[in-house]
Amino acid sequence: MSALEVVSLSAPERRRKRGIITMGILGAFALAVFGLLPKSGEPVTYSFVLGNEWIFVKEWIVNSKTGSLCFSIVSLLAVLLASLQFKARKTSRFATGLFGTTFLMSFLCWAAAGKFIPFTGLLQGALLLSVPLIFGAMAGVLSERSGVINIAIEGQLLAGAFMSGVIASLTQNTWAGLIIAPFAGMAIAWLLAVFAIKYGIDQVVLGFVLNVLVIGLTGFLYKKLLIPYQSTWNAGGTFTPIEIPVLAKIPVIGPIFFAQSIIVYLMYVVVIVIHVALFKSKWGLRTRSVGEHPTAAESVGIDVNRVRFRNVLIAGAVAGLGGAFFTLGAVGAFSKEMTAGKGFIALAALIFGRWSPLGAVAAALIFGFADNLQGVLTITGTPIPSEFMLMAPYIATIIAVSGFVGRVRAPAADGIPYKRGGGSH
Amino acid sequence: MKSKKLLLPSLSFLLALFVSGLLVAFTDAQVLALKNNPLSMISKAISTAGNAYWALFRGSIFDPQLAESRFWEGFYPLSETLVAASPLILTGLSVALAFRAGLFNIGAQGQFIAGAIGASWVGFTFELPVVLHAILAILAALLFAGIYGGFVGLLKARTGAHEVIVTIMLNYVAGYFLLWLLGTTAFLRLGRQDPLAPEVRESARLPHLFGPELRANFGFIIALVAAAVIWWLLNRSTWGFRYRAVGANASASRTAGISVARVTTSVMFIAGALAGLGGAVQVLGSEYAMTSGIGGSFGFDAITVALLGRATPVGTVFAALLFGALRAGGLTMQSSTETPLDLVLVIQALVVLFIAAPALVKAIFRLRNVDSSQTIASKGWNG
Repeated sequence: MSALEVVSLSAPERRRKRGIITMGILGAFALAVFGLLPKSGEPVTYSFVLGNEWIFVKEWIVNSKTGSLCFSIVSLLAVLLASLQFKARKTSRFATGLFGTTFLMSFLCWAAAGKFIPFTGLLQGALLLSVPLIFGAMAGVLSERSGVINIAIEGQLLAGAFMSGVIASLTQNTWAGLIIAPFAGMAIAWLLAVFAIKYGIDQVVLGFVLNVLVIGLTGFLYKKLLIPYQSTWNAGGTFTPIEIPVLAKIPVIGPIFFAQSIIVYLMYVVVIVIHVALFKSKWGLRTRSVGEHPTAAESVGIDVNRVRFRNVLIAGAVAGLGGAFFTLGAVGAFSKEMTAGKGFIALAALIFGRWSPLGAVAAALIFGFADNLQGVLTITGTPIPSEFMLMAPYIATIIAVSGFVGRVRAPAADGIPYKRGGGSH
Repeated sequence: MKSKKLLLPSLSFLLALFVSGLLVAFTDAQVLALKNNPLSMISKAISTAGNAYWALFRGSIFDPQLAESRFWEGFYPLSETLVAASPLILTGLSVALAFRAGLFNIGAQGQFIAGAIGASWVGFTFELPVVLHAILAILAALLFAGIYGGFVGLLKARTGAHEVIVTIMLNYVAGYFLLWLLGTTAFLRLGRQDPLAPEVRESARLPHLFGPELRANFGFIIALVAAAVIWWLLNRSTWGFRYRAVGANASASRTAGISVARVTTSVMFIAGALAGLGGAVQVLGSEYAMTSGIGGSFGFDAITVALLGRATPVGTVFAALLFGALRAGGLTMQSSTETPLDLVLVIQALVVLFIAAPALVKAIFRLRNVDSSQTIASKGWNG
């Protein structure tokens, strides 16, 4: 490649090129370390049956060395495809997806040599772990697309988890807990909205402080009320999974997507509604316009701060609902700081997904998958210490943010307070 | 003018104490039991909150019980305040410096851990003369944490990866790395299976300031010196001018010929080194042995400290002293009045919230003409 050609590449193209090079290096690494390095292979058993779904393939047994070799070669072919598409100036989303899948499978074959991997269970657990991330990322989309940075996702999740657990316990009714959760998130969002929009306080700082406030408050109340009076204050139940007839019977897909609790189904609804509304409705157009160019939006009669206020409140409600998953969707009882930084990971998913609803969902699913893969492999035992497995999603995020995503562009007016009459500064 | 500068923070602090006091009183079973008798309920509420705050004061500043034989011994709790404040000053400076250059360093936690690892490792591995050993341990901490922080700046300068995301991720990486390290033979204490590093040798420990009885140590002096150096750097040096210029307006600075990339990298290196110094002070000054929880909540606290201190070195020192006192006193409060330590977090958050929202405090106290200029403004995602 001549120097002239390199210079003529635009910035996003350079970044894409760097992404493809990164993929190539990773693919070659997989081929060498997972495929060629092990002296001999051991059988890996993938099981595809989880419950009472129709059985299509029960399990698949493959030699670890053969599996790793094949998958890594396919991943390198995907890189080749991506570079060809890049030269032809076409998008290479499919090739990137193929690369990601085959690279992971290559790794999985190597890491699980001689072991049993419950494949459907792995994916089902991955979806469950990404539920709060998806809710959190959707909250981020709602508020940041309208121009208000939402670092307080963690606090909104935690508030939702706390209130839903407590109310479900006090009323002995999980539905009451579920209904209160959005309001808990909204209360935190209201603080964010008042201080950020009305008083124009720095939003990153504010969101951060709100997180500390919620962590402190819930921790305080947890020790003061929930531990001593556990049977009344912290004994809420969980929702039982609802199997959707027929759909739940589909092999692999059924148990993963259609045998879940009500909160997961609500999540599907929330994601679809946000995606459609953001790009197809009047509300969506207004949201995006106040997030990108508030002065122009106001000139056509949109009340910028009103739109922002409303969006931040809806965002809080969505995050609060996601918080309910920690208690009502998973373990029932609240515990101190049970969101454990998930709000920040949701934030990373939001940025990773470039502020688009579906992109953020994809990123959240990847994080959930990595998290669960680590859990499964820790139980079955791997050549890698479990701490390094735990690190992997975070390192992957850093690589992704610096290699693939590069200079991401947030909504242009994100984080900038707006004063009426074009006074954004 | 000087007194007016302190008016707003003081009122914010009082307001935060008042709101938290309500929280303490009206979650108390004895107070709630009196709900049919409003007058005695109010008096009980006041005494409950009062007891908690009295314990907070006794644990952080002055304890009359200790003063019975000799008056000055009543001030022993101040020593604990200094111990708690020293790492807070350093991590707070780390966040404050980054703020001034327009960077939001959420990674003080990870950098703190990196520093603690460096200091601990040098501290227990080598046998060296007294002063030299401590200096080398501190240098190791500065280097480890500096690289850990500088990497973030380099990544931002080279690829545009946002420092908020990268530092959040690196905090997790550092935490898990520490967990792994504590399980390796090099860091496992002889005869122990739990994740606990060996104690650093006597020669590497920081000397006590007021005799062996009190834990206050030389780490506090290190923190003050660091604050002075950062003050000089920001206000008197060419580099500091560049940092502030980039923080105020990155594109204008670039036009003026300042290398933003170099500023970003070097600021994050120094910020990392400061947080790592905090880790070193914690390990060499008071903890001596590293556990998996050595990072505590220093990353979070550092940010509230920097915010309360309005990102100035002097402000950071005072904010860290205040929060150090809350932390030290909070332990006494928890043990003697069964008020959870988490109350301290609530107070911290409220103080910062009220200070960040001067309009609110002014409205509550009906103030006019109070200096309330906002000094901290992060850059959002596109900055």
